[in-house]
Amino acid sequence: MEIAGALRTAREMGLVACTRCTRVWPGGTARCGRCGHRLHSREPKALQRVWAWWAVGLIAYLPANLWPMLETRTLVLSQESTIVGGAVDLARHGNWGIALVILVASVAIPVGKFLAIASLALGVRGGSALPRHRRQQLYEVVEYIGRWSMIDVFVVAILASLVQLGAVAQVSPGPASLFFALSVIFTMLSAQAFDSRLIWDEDPAPLAPPLPEGRPA
Amino acid sequence: MLGDERAGVHARAPRPQPDDRKTARMSAARPLPPHRTAALSAEDLAGLIACPRCDAVYRAVQPGHGERAVCARCETVLIAPRRRAGQQLIAVALAVVVLVVAATMAPFLAIEAGGRAHASSVLDAALAFATAGPAAFLALAVAALIVFIPVLRALLVIYVLAPIVANRPPAPRAAAAFRLSEDLRPWSMAEIFAIGCAVALVKIADLAQVHFGPAFWMFAALVGLVVVQDGFMCRYSVWKSLER
Ligand SMILES: [Zn+2]
Repeated sequence: MEIAGALRTAREMGLVACTRCTRVWPGGTARCGRCGHRLHSREPKALQRVWAWWAVGLIAYLPANLWPMLETRTLVLSQESTIVGGAVDLARHGNWGIALVILVASVAIPVGKFLAIASLALGVRGGSALPRHRRQQLYEVVEYIGRWSMIDVFVVAILASLVQLGAVAQVSPGPASLFFALSVIFTMLSAQAFDSRLIWDEDPAPLAPPLPEGRPA
Repeated sequence: MLGDERAGVHARAPRPQPDDRKTARMSAARPLPPHRTAALSAEDLAGLIACPRCDAVYRAVQPGHGERAVCARCETVLIAPRRRAGQQLIAVALAVVVLVVAATMAPFLAIEAGGRAHASSVLDAALAFATAGPAAFLALAVAALIVFIPVLRALLVIYVLAPIVANRPPAPRAAAAFRLSEDLRPWSMAEIFAIGCAVALVKIADLAQVHFGPAFWMFAALVGLVVVQDGFMCRYSVWKSLER
């Protein structure tokens, strides 16, 4: 329908926008009168909070991979398996599909998330090779996909509650499950702390084509 | 401001073009011409909408049912009203409450090996961590993520939408309730638990005989409901109706 003329941001207009309910208020308003959300033209400490959560998430992710996620005891063997070790076992037994699901959810997604959040945060300060709408898409993917990493924690909970067959077989959660859950939670908080408006800030207003209908808005 | 080359290389970056599928989408509204923004009254401000992702300001134009208003710069969906969305969302929320509560009691997986059998419910799964000592925090977290938060969110949605659908004034503190429900959205993980069940089943398939219990199918249904819930919810429309 109407193609953008001179797009202007709330900040350029001296206004402040509510990121929760999209209402616009005069600059300097402290709280949104519609939804009660605290208003900031840009979150003042957004990047610091992103990096703080990012760092604790990374710190928790290391023991999550080094320590056992599951402790299995059956009549014949007792074994402790890490995330990657468990996936390798599955693959060795021919369960390639599930091994892939575990590797993607527990390794590829978390590592990808750390890299993506870092590149988004760095891109705000130093510019980025990625065009802005690509970075916006990257942010949306990170926000959407992060919670799916919880799948491995749920699998551990399910197995530990289900496999309670006395001496025949017994599964209990290893210490890594706690650190893995914390790591997922911290990286979700890190992604939430990011203010995506920062991606667009240095973007100049688009060159305005003449309004097609030639009438003022 | 036009022709400003400050951003150097970024100025040449490809800009998303609003696409031509006019039936489905349109750009949110006309951006304001500069001469009109000098002095905006409170009334003017009420008619504006700012993209929460990129801060671009538009004059809000309500699209028709089934149409979407999309930010011309970053393509975030700003307004997407649907006919009878309120009733449908309430129905979905009720179904979520019933399903989660029922699924909490019933077993989701049953196992058989060496003459011994064991079935496990969601509560058992959460409590599996409680017995593990240091991970007791996880027991609470798991129970919250797959039971309490999804149910609370559904109840909040019903509380907020029911008066709106009935054309009555918003419930007391409805804005705070909707705000909480939106805050909880990423933390409501019942549908992820459903996938976790399937993975767990395959993981122990050669250790023992495993069967899906009734709760598994309830959680599987939840996956679909959550998709509907997110697709039908037009947040702008809800906030707009709470304003009155
Ligand atoms: Zn607001």
